[in-house]
Amino acid sequence: METIRTAIILFLILGLLVGAAYPLVVTGIAQLVFPRQAEGSLVHDQKGQVIGSELIGQPFSDPAYFWPRPSATAEFPYNPMASGGSNLGPTNNELKAQIIERQNFLIASGTGKELPSDLVMASASGLDPDISVEGALAQIPRIAKETGIDEGKIKELVFANIKYPTIYIIGGERVNVFWLNIGLNQMRRNENGS
Amino acid sequence: MMMILLFDILMIILLLLIVTLLVKPLGNYMAKVFQGKPVFLSRFLRPVELLIYRVSGIKPDVETGWKRYAISMLLFNFIGFLILFAILIFQGFLPLNPQRFPGFRWDLAFNTAVSFVTNTNWQAYAGETAASYFTQVVGLAVQNFFSAATGICILIALIRGFAHKSSKHLGNFWVDMTRSILYVLLPICLILSLVLVSQGVIQNFSPYVHSSLIDPYHTAEDKTISEQVIPMGPIASQEAIKELGTNGGGFLNANSAHPFENPTPLSNFLEILAILLIPAALTYLFGSMVGDTRQGWAIYWAMMVIFVISLGVMFWAETKGNPYVQVPGVTGQYMEGKEVRFGIGGSALFATSTTAVSCGAVNSMHDSMTPIGGMVTMVLISLGEVVFGGIGSGLYTMLAFVVIAVFVAGLMIGRIPEYLGKKIEPIGMWMSVLIVLTPSLLVLIFFTIALITPSAVASILNSGPHGLSEILYASLSMSNNNGSAFAGLNANIPFFNILGAIVMLIGRFIPAICALAMAGSLANKHITPPSAGTLKTYSLTFVIWLIFVIIIVGALSFFPAFFAGPIIEQLKMLAGGG
Repeated sequence: METIRTAIILFLILGLLVGAAYPLVVTGIAQLVFPRQAEGSLVHDQKGQVIGSELIGQPFSDPAYFWPRPSATAEFPYNPMASGGSNLGPTNNELKAQIIERQNFLIASGTGKELPSDLVMASASGLDPDISVEGALAQIPRIAKETGIDEGKIKELVFANIKYPTIYIIGGERVNVFWLNIGLNQMRRNENGS
Repeated sequence: MMMILLFDILMIILLLLIVTLLVKPLGNYMAKVFQGKPVFLSRFLRPVELLIYRVSGIKPDVETGWKRYAISMLLFNFIGFLILFAILIFQGFLPLNPQRFPGFRWDLAFNTAVSFVTNTNWQAYAGETAASYFTQVVGLAVQNFFSAATGICILIALIRGFAHKSSKHLGNFWVDMTRSILYVLLPICLILSLVLVSQGVIQNFSPYVHSSLIDPYHTAEDKTISEQVIPMGPIASQEAIKELGTNGGGFLNANSAHPFENPTPLSNFLEILAILLIPAALTYLFGSMVGDTRQGWAIYWAMMVIFVISLGVMFWAETKGNPYVQVPGVTGQYMEGKEVRFGIGGSALFATSTTAVSCGAVNSMHDSMTPIGGMVTMVLISLGEVVFGGIGSGLYTMLAFVVIAVFVAGLMIGRIPEYLGKKIEPIGMWMSVLIVLTPSLLVLIFFTIALITPSAVASILNSGPHGLSEILYASLSMSNNNGSAFAGLNANIPFFNILGAIVMLIGRFIPAICALAMAGSLANKHITPPSAGTLKTYSLTFVIWLIFVIIIVGALSFFPAFFAGPIIEQLKMLAGGG
């Protein structure tokens, strides 16, 4: 009986410590020191409306925008309520069929003929915010044609947005599709304004 | 391409170097904590510790035998199960539920509660659409701490069994539990979670955010999607203990592949470090507590050798890619089920670490890995989670392997087997064999039953040899308390929920009780001083011998299954590539 009493009391005390005090302290400090990150790295427009999170990919499909990687989330691509990958096995014929279909679609849309694999293979989270630098460069001819913006300028935008590996070796080079497209919108606004 | 390869290899070397450098300081720190010696945090934590003892009526100086220790451990875990089960069932009536999720179905609640109490974190639900903040923080995360601490306690008791002379005592479970949480897990989690927030891991209690899409999306069914619902929650605090406690249960469905759980290459690096850190450092704690640090390092290097070989094979397989889906005009690496920010190196290193250590978090979809890459994850689990292994449980299982290795070596060279001056007697051998073989037997039984159960077979996503791998992975993962999955398998059916829960319980607590029983019998023995005939269990020869024993006992049981699953599929992949 004594043991059961001890067990219950210790469970409750330690439970309060790790199940209430700890997360609340972390939340408090996080909200003070890193409020933007703690709230999801959200981005707002001029009216204060949330237009997305820089960490969560969006299903851009207009040929005038940079397109993200394929996403296998349910209902629609880049559905944050259904994060996950395709889980298709490496020798599943459906995977091969999907890759060929995406390749054909990209080529037909005017995206370059040499495609990096990340543009035709689905990510693990279904929400991957990044594409490879090659994946961005391959899309420039299409975007230039659709928007009338000079190819060189779009290329500058891509290079300005490259994220490099941490201390040279951790992770790869990549570009965030959300920021690329925000950049495109700004360029378009500037061109219209001038 | 060559440059990416080189950088990935440098990153891997850097990580393993950091782990190795931290083994001694952290191991030393933990050894002091569990021996009740003062450490630099004692000034702040000792008063808290004493207060906890006073309130709960614990007499910290009273040590108990193995039976009392085991009963306390089981009781503490049983309370944890009951509370978590109740939270899951009654979720709909509990606070901190802005999305108004209903309670879990009973079989899913049973599976999930067992899964988190046993440090498995097998998940047949998707966090963002099923679990409230209350469930995550007060239910699941609390068990993340307690199940990790339980593993440490059992290990500490076993080590005391080796270290004590002619004693009946193994320590005090309540004290070990309190110290694991207070001095080891909480401080590291506090730092890690804040660093993770700095990288972009979220930490809030806000309702989900509705965000309008910049470019509305038109589905094939002619529906226009104009907004995303972005999940929120206190993720960072949970992410830290999820990796550090080798739990692995994701706050969100995509686990550590999700940008909110693992936003940058640096967060990925730190999460992998957190997975390996404590299990690696516990080897030094072992050496230190038995008074011969060479013994700890020998085990560390045996683990490291298996780790590096496994990682090498996986890295090679994933870098070579998948000729089956190779089409002309597409260049680059095999990225299906992987995130761009991690690439092949960050994904392969994570996958190896999470299955070597019984963590079970994933940052890439193992189901889509190359067959050999996927097989490496399964081999590592099938070894019994001893390559660093689950927090505490990895090393106590490893010590059972050491005892078996010493015994067999003793038979071969005709000496009475002894380890650390303790004679290995029938009881020690029985317990070691039970610790090592229980999970293996469970896998084979579970695997067989699943293959003849129509509902289980219907859960397979990918047909052919890969479908066999999906079921094999599930059996391995639950029996060995790993928790990761070939996630194509639809596991939320009563068959997997109920049988899986039973398997997780047996796979966790039978070896745990055996380890404590062995500790009790070892503590009772006196210590024979080493003589010229003593087997040097810290020598290179013994390390190699130990590795052989682990591979023969651990992996060979599954060779036929690996052949019928991943190896056949590898041949299919190569042939299909043409």
